[in-house]
Amino acid sequence: MNYDFQWNVVLSGEYLDWILSGVKVTCQISAVSLFFAMCIGTLLAVMRLTRFKPFVWFTAIYTEFFRNTPLLVQIFFWYFGSDGLLPRFALDWLYDHDFEFAAGVIALTVYTSAFIAEEIRSGINSIPRTQLEASRACGLSFVQAMRYVILPQAFRIIIPPLISQALNLLKNSALCMTIGVAELLYMAKQIESYSFRAFEAMSVATLIYLSISLVVSFTITQYNKHFMRTVSY
Amino acid sequence: MAMIEIKDIHKWYGDFHVLKNVNESIEKGEVLVICGPSGSGKSTFIRCINRLEEIQKGEILLEGRNIYDKGVDVNELRTEVGMVFQQFNLYPHLTVLQNVTLAPIKVRKMPKSQAESIAMELLARVGIHDQAKKFPVELSGGQQQRVAIARALAMKPKVMLFDEPTSALDPEMINEVLNAMKDLARDGMTMLCVTHEMGFAREVADRVIFMDGGAIVEEGTPEHFFTNPQHERTKAFLKEIL
Repeated sequence: MNYDFQWNVVLSGEYLDWILSGVKVTCQISAVSLFFAMCIGTLLAVMRLTRFKPFVWFTAIYTEFFRNTPLLVQIFFWYFGSDGLLPRFALDWLYDHDFEFAAGVIALTVYTSAFIAEEIRSGINSIPRTQLEASRACGLSFVQAMRYVILPQAFRIIIPPLISQALNLLKNSALCMTIGVAELLYMAKQIESYSFRAFEAMSVATLIYLSISLVVSFTITQYNKHFMRTVSY
Repeated sequence: MAMIEIKDIHKWYGDFHVLKNVNESIEKGEVLVICGPSGSGKSTFIRCINRLEEIQKGEILLEGRNIYDKGVDVNELRTEVGMVFQQFNLYPHLTVLQNVTLAPIKVRKMPKSQAESIAMELLARVGIHDQAKKFPVELSGGQQQRVAIARALAMKPKVMLFDEPTSALDPEMINEVLNAMKDLARDGMTMLCVTHEMGFAREVADRVIFMDGGAIVEEGTPEHFFTNPQHERTKAFLKEIL
């Protein structure tokens, strides 16, 4: 093996700037998508538990549909197919701003929310039904009971699976390079084509994904340990 | 006007007729003990009074107002009817104090400081004010049940429902809960208690009703109930538990 490793090429000057800007975009697209995916996922889970038939059907179709189609297809769909879906003024606005980023966020949000909804639903189901009864018996509405009694307990239980969903989202965000979102992998690929340092560029990208994942996972686990002591059945 | 008026109520679970033509009238300040074998519908009966269960026929009037009327706000109704469960059902993620203040703050929109001072008074009344900062898992069963009583009282209900409040407790903890209930009865609270604590029934109940198969089989003063029951089914039941 006589490959001449040149890490300093990748990790200096303009290329370093590219990598840093790629990391920034990766973090942004993941964070924004995670935020919306959590909101929509929670909403879907609660809707499904209301036992109101139209809600139940809607959420069941939503989760099955988006969990069981490839993410790349969904990304292409939102990017290339949104012409037929959105009204003109919304499209114009998106084209003027960062359309790639928006399409990526929508695809990642919708896809991830389907998984998160299932995690949250199983979390809610693991809380004894008597908790809901006790809070309703004190006069809390269904929404208040969910907000103050059921969800806080459910979230503590499902923190580990939610971490893995968040990390999947982070890794899945790399697929957005295919529609031109200038995230980390996109930048690494660009460095590779300019410098022909494929091994170094991809190694750096890999290590950065790995470190972000480990940091996120470690932080949330520590945070969770602090809270877990109060919940036990 | 009676505090609670129950007229010809019926309830079915599918084909199973759980409550059959139950009639009852409870005066303000009255303590009613409901006993009977398991599956006799006694828990279902009291759960209909705060609409944790819905009846299919008949009506229940709380201070003359039909609680099944369309215009009735269920959440508001429940603030007037406190409930204590067999399994305590405290919120495990909140401290004792937060358990008691949650509903006053969120439902009654009471300022936190006011809710907390009321909660501390109630906790003192049931003898656990020194545990206010602890979490439910750190308390014994008897203490948890007393917190549950304080939690229900925090909404200043007009009626209290007790669904076998001592059945899940170790024997040595039963009295502390019963004493809290006796205090409440002496203070004039209207109470409906599903319980097998016959000592409690004898001491504080104004009336005892015996249910079997979803219907009221026998009813009367504790005196009548324990010394001179008329119905065979009641006699058999009393023989089992006394």
